[in-house]
Amino acid sequence: MTKTLYDKIWDAHVVHEDTDGTCLLYIDRHLVHEVTSPQAFEGLRMTGRKLRAPDKTIAVPDHNVPTTPDRENGIENEESRIQVEALDRNAREFGVHYYPVNDVRQGIVHIVGPEQGWTLPGMTVVCGDSHTATHGAFGALAHGIGTSEVEHVLATQTLIQKKSKNMKVEITGSLPPGVTAKDITLSVIGATGTAGGTGYVIEYCGQAIEELSIEGRMTVCNMAIEGGARAGLIAPDEKTFQYVQGRPHAPKGAQWDAAMAWWKTLKSDPDAHWDKVVTLKAEEIAPVVTWGTSPEDVLPITDSVPDPASFAGGKVEAARRALDYMGLTPGQKLTDIEIDTVFIGSCTNGRIEDLRAAAEILKGRKIKVKRAMVVPGSGLVRAQAEEEGLAQIFIDAGFEWRLAGCSMCLAMNPDQLSPGERCAATSNRNFEGRQGRGGRTHLMSPAMAAAAAITGRLTDIRDMMAETA
Amino acid sequence: MEKFTTLTGVAAPMPLVNIDTDMIIPKQFLKTIQRTGLGKNLFDEMRYDDQGREIPDFVLNQPAYRKSEILVAGDNFGCGSSREHAPWALADFGIRTIISTSFADIFYNNCFKNGMLPIVLPQEQVDILMDDARKGENARISIDLESQTVTSADGQVFSFEIDPFKKHCLLNGLDDIGLTLEKVASIDAFEAQATQARPWV
Repeated sequence: MTKTLYDKIWDAHVVHEDTDGTCLLYIDRHLVHEVTSPQAFEGLRMTGRKLRAPDKTIAVPDHNVPTTPDRENGIENEESRIQVEALDRNAREFGVHYYPVNDVRQGIVHIVGPEQGWTLPGMTVVCGDSHTATHGAFGALAHGIGTSEVEHVLATQTLIQKKSKNMKVEITGSLPPGVTAKDITLSVIGATGTAGGTGYVIEYCGQAIEELSIEGRMTVCNMAIEGGARAGLIAPDEKTFQYVQGRPHAPKGAQWDAAMAWWKTLKSDPDAHWDKVVTLKAEEIAPVVTWGTSPEDVLPITDSVPDPASFAGGKVEAARRALDYMGLTPGQKLTDIEIDTVFIGSCTNGRIEDLRAAAEILKGRKIKVKRAMVVPGSGLVRAQAEEEGLAQIFIDAGFEWRLAGCSMCLAMNPDQLSPGERCAATSNRNFEGRQGRGGRTHLMSPAMAAAAAITGRLTDIRDMMAETA
Repeated sequence: MEKFTTLTGVAAPMPLVNIDTDMIIPKQFLKTIQRTGLGKNLFDEMRYDDQGREIPDFVLNQPAYRKSEILVAGDNFGCGSSREHAPWALADFGIRTIISTSFADIFYNNCFKNGMLPIVLPQEQVDILMDDARKGENARISIDLESQTVTSADGQVFSFEIDPFKKHCLLNGLDDIGLTLEKVASIDAFEAQATQARPWV
């Protein structure tokens, strides 16, 4: 029987299957952060249950941590501090791998996992965080779970699951200049809607995906959840193996060879069955931005704010509400929208390649927006950016150069928008209130966010590239 | 876990599509280390103004809906983050069933871990129940999990699908972890075999 990549990883992890198809799936890596885990650890304590596999459990605080240089003095917000202290205590008491706030390797859990070589092809990876799909870039089956499931994995190293359907998203051809992984993933959501992937695991493939770096592939898979899919993944190839090799927790020696032998089989069979197929031509993908309060509200930067009446069903009212919230009028050109703030960072776009892309635009220029911040995805990304001279480019342009964390992507820490403040963000959600009550978010690629910082309005990166050339 | 068998109650109408988890429970309330007490902040930014005063227009602030036990909602309810705080907040408010044309995957699963029943029905049926919900106290909706039916205020009966295992756990209030630990020998055996096959994991 022919199989997809998802089928293969699934089959390799089934512990038990009931007659109705309910499976117990073994989990190879469990990533843990401070927001969705305290109740789970408390559950273990209350029931006297043990953590089954501490050596497969990795914890790092990221959502609540301040990103300002004074964070070594501790966390001012009491509730945030209690949550991070609870993770400290739980990580030590249960003996899991732990990267505390003051460790240079600390960062956003989905950046730390791959960076440290915890994420490997063919693995099952879960975390109490919907952006766990990021790890699918390595050909791993990775998805978010709720806190009850976190407790289930802590206690049993398994999850009760039913298999999802297979969906193929193929991006044919090569991306034009100025178009990035972020534009691919947003364009896919624009095409399928935020519920288009519900019930599916997506495999991204095609020439444009193959041509992406591993960082870019992580950006694509990261937002699979925004399309409603349980997970997104990409078959591992030479780029994947090169990225993984030599990382602290990657296999070495004979184990590397054994791993490679299996990893090379991790691809969908040519005649595998797909329940749904979506194909986009890379040549037709433009740099995009979001205009509304759902990631599906996406348009090429050359377009204009849509008329809610142009939609159907419940979307008409949702679009009307979104425009009201966003303070936009139908017909307004997207490039006429003025921006107050720029946020570059998050598990979607907080990796070194993202900072390079933004710095390239910012070099020798000054920002026109009221404030702009770069929040590297990890302490190691930050260190590398400093070494490459990127940090100085950001600082010279007028950006704040921050410490690693989730920061203004979800604004649980002090990095928040004020009511009405309009932000060009490289993160993943433009929901109402996401970046702060009343805050207005436009999602885009790091280069597009950098361009907006320079001009003070949403900007077509291709115009700026022409200027630079 | 609390059992779920039958429920008859007032349903609140929320026809908006794509109601996301940031709307259901904004992030400032995720800083708790407990599961309880989130009901007062359910839909916080839609429900209260920036002074913390109730917004009278919001459905759950209206007298008819302050004790709703059911939500009838627009498509793709619960999209966004994996936060189980969303079902915790709904349950703490007193809502144990949400009826919609579709749910986001993680939210849907999280409901069952908390004695809650999310129900998927076709658009025409959700429309009928939405009309019932708009009538408040005058049009109560009934749910029977055993027979997998929803009954509208005027007696129309709609059947819904549910995974047999999830139904079994909900009807009996069973704890997943306890059930899985009964299979610990299978987990041990799998682990031993996987360690041989993939020693690098």
